[in-house]
Parts: sequence; C-alpha cells; structure tokens
Amino acid sequence: MFGDQYSKWVVDRCHVPAACGLSGVMSRDGRPVSGETIIESMRVIHDRGNGLGGGFAGYGIYPAFKDLYAMHIMFEDEAGKAACEELLTENMELQAGEEIPVQPNPGITDPPLLWRYFGVPRGEKLAAGDGAADDFMVRLVMRINTTVPGTFVFSSGKNMGVFKAVGFAEDVGEFYRLPDYEAYTWIGHGRFPTNTPGWWGGAHPFNILDWCVVHNGEISSYGINKRYLEMFGYECTLLTDTEVMAYLFDLLIRRHGLPLELACKVIAAPFWKEIDSDEDTEEAGLYRALRITYASALVNGPFAVIVGHSRGMIGLNDRIKLRPLVAAVKDDLLYVSSEESAIRQICPRPDRVWAPDAGEPVIGELRGDA
Amino acid sequence: MARAPQIKQEEACARLDATGVYYRELNQNVRELMASGCRDIVLDGVNGQRYIADGLMEAVKITINGVPGNDLGAFMDGPVLLVNDNAQDGVGNTMNSGKIVVKGHAGDVIGYGMRGGKIFVGGDVGFRVGIHMKSYREQVPVIVVGGRAGDFFGEYMAGGLMVLLGRGGADRPLVGDYLGTGMHGGTIYVHGEVAESQMGGEVRRFDLEDSDREFLRGILAEFSADLETDLADIEEDAFMKLRPFSHRPYGNMYCY
Amino acid sequence: MPGNMVTSEFLVDVDHQRCRRCKRCILNCGFGVFDFQSMTTADSSKCVACHRCVVFCPEEAITIRRNPLAFREHSSWDVDKRKAVWKQAQSPGMILTGMGNDLPWLNVFDHLLIDACQVTNPSIDPLREPMELRTFLGRKPDRVEVVPSDGGYRVQNPPENNIELDIPLIFSGMSYGSVSLNVHKALAIAAEKLGTVMNTGEGGLHQELYPYRDHIIVQCASGRFGVHSDYLNAGVAVEIKIGQGAKPGIGGHLPGEKIGREVSGTRMIPVGTDALSPAPHHDIYSIEDLRQLIYALKEATGYKPISVKIATVHNVAAIASGIARAGADIIYLDGFRGGTGASPAVIRDHVGIPVEIAVAVVDAQLRSEGIRNWVSIIAAGGVRSSADVAKAIALGADAVGVGTAALIAMGCRLCQKCYTGNCSWGIATQKPELVGRLDPDWAAERLVNLVNSWSLELKEVLGALGVNAIESLRGNRERLRSLGLDAATTEIIDVKPAGR
Repeated sequence: MFGDQYSKWVVDRCHVPAACGLSGVMSRDGRPVSGETIIESMRVIHDRGNGLGGGFAGYGIYPAFKDLYAMHIMFEDEAGKAACEELLTENMELQAGEEIPVQPNPGITDPPLLWRYFGVPRGEKLAAGDGAADDFMVRLVMRINTTVPGTFVFSSGKNMGVFKAVGFAEDVGEFYRLPDYEAYTWIGHGRFPTNTPGWWGGAHPFNILDWCVVHNGEISSYGINKRYLEMFGYECTLLTDTEVMAYLFDLLIRRHGLPLELACKVIAAPFWKEIDSDEDTEEAGLYRALRITYASALVNGPFAVIVGHSRGMIGLNDRIKLRPLVAAVKDDLLYVSSEESAIRQICPRPDRVWAPDAGEPVIGELRGDA
Repeated sequence: MARAPQIKQEEACARLDATGVYYRELNQNVRELMASGCRDIVLDGVNGQRYIADGLMEAVKITINGVPGNDLGAFMDGPVLLVNDNAQDGVGNTMNSGKIVVKGHAGDVIGYGMRGGKIFVGGDVGFRVGIHMKSYREQVPVIVVGGRAGDFFGEYMAGGLMVLLGRGGADRPLVGDYLGTGMHGGTIYVHGEVAESQMGGEVRRFDLEDSDREFLRGILAEFSADLETDLADIEEDAFMKLRPFSHRPYGNMYCY
Repeated sequence: MPGNMVTSEFLVDVDHQRCRRCKRCILNCGFGVFDFQSMTTADSSKCVACHRCVVFCPEEAITIRRNPLAFREHSSWDVDKRKAVWKQAQSPGMILTGMGNDLPWLNVFDHLLIDACQVTNPSIDPLREPMELRTFLGRKPDRVEVVPSDGGYRVQNPPENNIELDIPLIFSGMSYGSVSLNVHKALAIAAEKLGTVMNTGEGGLHQELYPYRDHIIVQCASGRFGVHSDYLNAGVAVEIKIGQGAKPGIGGHLPGEKIGREVSGTRMIPVGTDALSPAPHHDIYSIEDLRQLIYALKEATGYKPISVKIATVHNVAAIASGIARAGADIIYLDGFRGGTGASPAVIRDHVGIPVEIAVAVVDAQLRSEGIRNWVSIIAAGGVRSSADVAKAIALGADAVGVGTAALIAMGCRLCQKCYTGNCSWGIATQKPELVGRLDPDWAAERLVNLVNSWSLELKEVLGALGVNAIESLRGNRERLRSLGLDAATTEIIDVKPAGR
C-alpha cells in the first residue's frame, strides 16, 4: 500500500492518530499580518503539542509569484532532489527554485533538504478545459509523493506556502523565519502524535493546491474516507488521517463544485433528527441529498480543523463537538483557535468571542475587492 | 515562557503578575503563598495558564484577571475562585467543594463529575456542561449559568442541581439538543421553554414545588450578588423543572 | 436383507415415571415419532431433533440424545459419508437437505476482530448520544449539483428511488410455499415495526400482505410464480433472483403436496402441481439480457429500484461489476452459508464462496471502477449476530440480509428437514394443522426483539469505534483486524492482521 520510502518513519504501516493545538488568523481586508503573530498565538498553547510536529501555512506570502504554483518540497537526500527536479522540469515551466531560508534552532534537529519552486505546468502536458492545470498539478503531487523516494510535497498552491517540521510550533516558526513573511491568512498547528516519532511530512498543515488543513483530533472514519477519495484518484500517502480532510475539500469544492458551506455540511453532516425536523423544506431535501450521496465523506470522530484557502479561512468541528474551537473577531480580523487564550494573546480585546456550535462552520471570506 | 512571576505580598493578601508565566511556576507560587498564610490572592495578566487552583484544599480566595486555561479548579476542595473574564474548557473538573465564579462565558465540559460546591457562570457555556454531576451524602453540587448552553447539558447527571437562566444571546437557542440525556438523578431548572424533542429520553418535566422555589430564591440571590447582576427579569414561575423518571434508566436493556 | 441400513441419528427416551400420558408429544411431533399403546412409545428413527416434543412436554419427560452407537473411527470416511453411501445405495437419488451449509468450512467472520477507541479518540455513549443506523438502498448520484435559491441552495439531482431503512438489516427472501403464510405475515409485521423490509422470495405475495407494501421487496425469479403487474408494484423494489447461496446454479422444486389452495392462488399455478423453478432465467443467458430484464421491470414499476440477487461464486467481483453496469440499484450477495427450503446436499455443501470474501472483493472492484455509488450491496448467507452485521458492513456491505436467524427467532431448531413439509414449528410447512401453530403476532414480536437487540449491540459497537453513524463503519476496513486467517485471505479482503 505504501512505498518503501516510508520505512524510515513507519513502525507499522498505518496512519498515526494525533491530538493537537490550532490557531488561525485572517484579515478580511487582505491586510498583511506578520508571521510573528501566529507564532505568538501558538506559543500559548504549547502544551497541546508534544514537540513531534509543528507547522504553519501563510496565504499571500509570494506576491511576486502570485500566478505561479509554489511548490514547497522536502527531500530526504540529494538523490530524491535530483529525481524530483527532473520530474518537475519535465512537467513544469519553472520560473524560480531555491532553498527555503531557515534559521537554525536548537529545537529543530536533523532537517531534510527544504526547497521551493515556482512555475506552471507545461502547456503541452495539459488537456483542454478550465481545471486542467489544477488537475494536472494534483496528479503531479501524487506522483512525486508516491514515486520519488524520501520526497514529499508540503504545499502546491499559488501565493501560499506550508512550513512544517518536527518540533514545537513556535520553534518551527522561528526556524522558518516566519516573522520575515506577511500573509493575510495564517494557520498554525502544534502536534501531539500518539505512537510514532513524528516525521516532517506528517506535521500539519496538510495541503493540496489551494487547500490547507490543520487538525486536532482523530478521524475515526479515516478508513472509509480514504477509500472514498481513492475512487477519485487521491492517494493517501502521508500516514496521517488529516490529509483526507484536505483532499475532501479539494474534491467537494474544486471538482464537484459545492459551495464551501455545503462542503462543511458533508464533512460534519447534520443529524437525521435535525434534517427530519425540517420535513419537506428545500433545505431538508438538500441535506438529505448530501448525506445520501456523500455518506463516505462524512468525517466522523473528534475533530476541530482550520482550513485555509486563498479566499479565506474556515473553522469547523465535528457534529457533536468533541474537540474545542473558539472564534473571535476584531475589526477586519477573524481568529479561530483551540483555546481562547491563544486568541487573546494576539488580540487582547476582541469585538466578539464565541464558541461555534458542533458542525457549524466559521467561515471567513476576503472582501470582494481584497 | 519561563518568566518568574512578580509578587506583591501584604499580610494575608498577595498580587501576582502572571503575564508570560508558565503554569507550573504560577501554580507553585500560589501554593507557596498559601503555605505562608496568604488567603486572598489576585492573579493579574493570566492568559491560558492551566490548572489554576487544581487540587487545592484550603479556604482561599483567588481572583483571576484574564482568561485562565483549561481545568481551572480541577479536583478543587474548598477555595473560592473569581474570574473577571472568560474561562476555557474543563472548569471545576471533578471538584469536591468550593466555588468558582466566572464573570464572562465558559467553554465545554464545565463541572464534569462535580460532587460538591458551586460554579456560577455569568455568560454562555459550551457543550457537555454538568456531565455526571452527582450528590453524595451531604454534598450537593450546584451549577448556575446566566447565559445559554450548548448540547448535552446535564448529560448522565446523577445528582446535584443545575440552573440555566438563558439571558442574552437571542441569536442562540436557550439550550442545545440532548438536554439531560441519560440523567438518573438531580434536578435541572431552565428559565423558559424547552421543546420535548430537545430533551433526552430519560427526562420528564415536573411542577415546581415550594422547596424548588425556596432553592431558586436562595441561589439566585447568591448568584446575583457574586456576579453583581440584577435578576429582576427572572421570574420564578417561568422555570421548567426537569428530573429523571428513573434512577435506573437502563435496567431493562439487557437479557441474560 | 435389511430394508434400512441407516441407523438412527437420535434416540428418544420417554421417562415413564414422569409421563402423565397427556399425549401432547404425539400431537406436536410433525414427524410421527410418538405413538401410544398403554404407554407412550417413540420411533427414534423418525426423530430429527426439532425439540417440539421436549418444549411442549409438561413433565420434562422426554430426552433426545445423539445416538451413541459406535462406529469404527476413520478420518476420511466419517459417519455422515458412510450414511450417505448407504442412503444412496438404498434408494437412488440425490441427497436432499434444508437450511444452510453445515460443514465446518473456515468462517471468516470468526477470524475478524473489531477496533475500539482508547485515549486518542473518545468512544461515544450510544445510550445518551445520537447514534445513526439509517441506511439507504439504491443508486446514488456521483455528486450533488446545487443552484442558489433564496439565499441558500437547492439540490438539482436529488437521489431518487432509494429505499430508506431505519436499520442496515433486511429480511431475506423466503418464498410463501417453502415457508408458511404465517411466517410471511410475521416478517411483514416485524419489517413494518422495525422500519425495514422483508423479501417475498419467489413464491409471490399473498393478498393479505399487500397492505405492507412499504416494507416489502417482491422477487421475480426464473419460475415467475405469482409475477404480475400488481405484484411487481406491491413493494418498494423488485428483486431479480439469479441465484441462491445455498444452491448456486440450480433451480427449485416445490413439490405439489405443498401447493394447496392459498399457495396455488398466490403462485398462480394449479393446486397440486409441482412448482418448478428453472436453473437459469431463460430470458437471461448473458449480461445484456440481464439489462433487458432490469429495464423491463423498471418500465413496469415506474422505475423502482431493482435488486439483483446472486449466489457468491468464484468470479463474483466481475459479475457484480457487470450487474452494476447493467443498471441494477442493489446487488444482493448470498453467501454459501445461506439457507434454503430444499437443496441437494452436494450443492449446498460444496458450491460457492463465503459472503465475507465476496463482499470485500465486490466492494473493492466497484471502487476501483469508481462506480460504488451506483449500487448498494447487501451481504447475506451466514449473518448470525450483530457482530457479523458490523463486520459485513465494515468489509463494504450497505446492509445485511437475514433469513436463518429470523427463522430461529420463530422457533426453528435447524433440523434441516424443511423439504419434508413436516415442520413441527409451523414454519416450513403448508399443513394447516402445523401452520396454525405459529402465531404471526407472537413471531413478529420475537423478530422485533431480536433485531432491536442487534441494533442496540450495533450501536454499542459504533460507539466503541467512536463513530455515530453507520456510514462511518461502512467499508471502513481500517477498523477490522484478522486473527488466525491465512495471509492470502487477509490480503484479499484487505484487512490488516491483528497487531499491525
């Protein structure tokens, strides 16, 4: 099922459950927020992680390359890098490629090679159609992850990037020099994996194209979510349950064309009791259709996630709220976190703080002109 | 995060600046102050420090300025905590006696397995509040919530008293789904009307009796004083009284 | 020369000290074991160990023992094989039997273990928190299309013609004829109370059961007994029965003695005629013919869902894929442990494969082709408990079909003599004096009790797994582990061994 390249990390070939701390901030006006902010927020919920994984995603960080796919990739060795670069140049017109700048940190040991590349698929490789470039990139990412030994794509969207490592979140942020970046959306994650040493690719966020997910909890339905995604060509290779969440958003929104809030209602479906109480309304019919059609995409078990994408940020938890999630707003800023203190650290006096209900998404969207 | 707390101590009172102080040091300092005879402690600049007053057994008052972290007052047996802001998850976890007053809102799983003492929350509370509260001998735990509550309020409740006032926040329902599901002891008073469909299958509505009115008058006066709030809008007769119909709701579920 | 060399399987002892000579045993035995001549006597050679006499003897005076008669041990020629030779030497013909395969083949269900939550995710308490078993049978769209509407959205392509069940369990097809009308009534009453469906089997639907139409799947088999337009529309779906787990590849033979007035009316054949089901449907010799019949039935029923029932044979995955592509909405997989009213023992005991394996490979095949949403899979033939239900669903079934367990709930002792028509319990018989023994309301209550118990158990399993909807277990093989199963089978059903 999994390639041999995982042997370094994988004790047994199964996905790794993990508990965690989350935080996210976005400016609905699209104003730049320093990476320092999200590091400070994550520092408060240090104890939700155990030092075996931390990471961040920022949107709007590469304005100079905003129309190019930004590939953040880790290589275990030079051979993997060479093989991957060959694959990249064969399939993409690369405009730039460089090592991701880092600041050595005592909390971060044994880093792999960390590179970023900017480019677009080669025209001759693309089929006709609107989504051709995106579909091509998904396949390319899956191909790299499954065929190039020791090589994993951290992120592949435009004007965004994922920075993740084995370590505590605040150390990871400093290692990647996040205070040097500005983003209109930041999401962060401190990981507490339960039964393996943790590995760089297994840290959050998980990404596919535009979608990034940080996750607290365990997806008890992972087995069927994974098999469902496999029907659509997604390969779950990262040995963690969270990646299914990223792929589900990509599938439901980009490929099936569902609006964001309905994708959330597939992933955290309303109970039948609730749907039945609305009897024959249009809304009940809609939710009924979603549950029947997307039964295998229901994400079950305790979870709170923050999902980042180029147009905004979503906070969502499971349908009986088994993991915490708090949201706040202040002016144009939206905050979502596992704990209120992580928000108050970077926003001492929010206009409003609330605990979202189970399965009710908190949706932040960029203003139309932002 | 390893800053040492700054302490100002005057006789039985002390003030600590907790800004940026890691919880272990903060809680150690509180214990040391108590050992030195201090019985009135104010913590300033609190943000996210866990386990404040965890397991403390002395009569001490701790005032918290800021948002305390999870498990505030867990296993606590005697102290009085006053939070002048919001609180997070796990307030009063398995608490035995004492009192916790939260001016703002509080998160999920408040008063889990609570056996005695009181928790007053001025604002809303999250999911699973008062799960498996229980009375034992002379101990009767009490939770009063000024605002609204999420799903599973009083789940598995085995004893004690919960009062939900449901003030403010008209955009939210008074209480979520599965109210008192699995309840097999104790009483829940809700100010307002709750649909039958929102209640757990083990709960029945009962008429208020004089003893209920007496309890409500007393506890609301105390709540009003502690939270410095006027309860003129609360009408005694507008309370629904909910109790389980059986102490053994699942006695007939098994076959042998 | 001896007329019968086959020695009795059981010995019936009557304790004459206890016996009050009330003769209830004589009245109750459908097989004529007992007689009375100054005291109660028993002809053990006729006894099938159905226990009717034991249960109804007020003095507990009757004991049935396995005949301890010693045979010289022979590991290859066990006693049953020797008896089979004696029987066939005595009277030429196939050895007939009833109910499901009774040979000790490996049971895959008994080598699968279910997961549970500890620490990293919470188990959920099904008694207090919501736990959903609602199940839909039928074709689902591949995706939901919506358009904006009144500030919200409206679905453009709602899933149509799905059968909504409160539980992932239905009653399997058992024909009126092979079982009594009271059994059919009990199944229909129970199905209605449980929010599920019963299946008519191939013998048509008695007029008295038409009011239960929302809880009935009607079957159209090769004999087309009782199949007419009203009948096809008398249920929520139509099932084309290609084969049966107990007797893949062969037809049926309901003897004329069982075709009384009521069965005759329901099957629409003359009283006393043998009801012969051809081995194949003679309008289906290939997959495109199946498609033709599926759409003929859809046209006749206003496009109700069509189920296709097959016995699980070696190439089941490819066959199921063809059935899905032929337009079926439900594929009913009947494993080689499935029951029957009558089958040659050679077929029942040696043909087909276990449903556990069939479900796993069919589910995987449909997924690999991206057409899993096109059909629902029902696993039947060997489901004995709620644990089997959970395992079948985790392997990929949408629901299970239960036949034998339902009959056992009504009193069946698995004596395997259904084909004799002598069923002392009033189940597999048409003799009026025996049929009357089964009160449909009493039997329905027992079915409801059984299925409700299984539902509670299933909810406990889901809760332990930390999920609160059956769809999160469906196809979730990650939550199963094998123990003591050979490596090849473990790989085929795509389950990890315990410890991994």
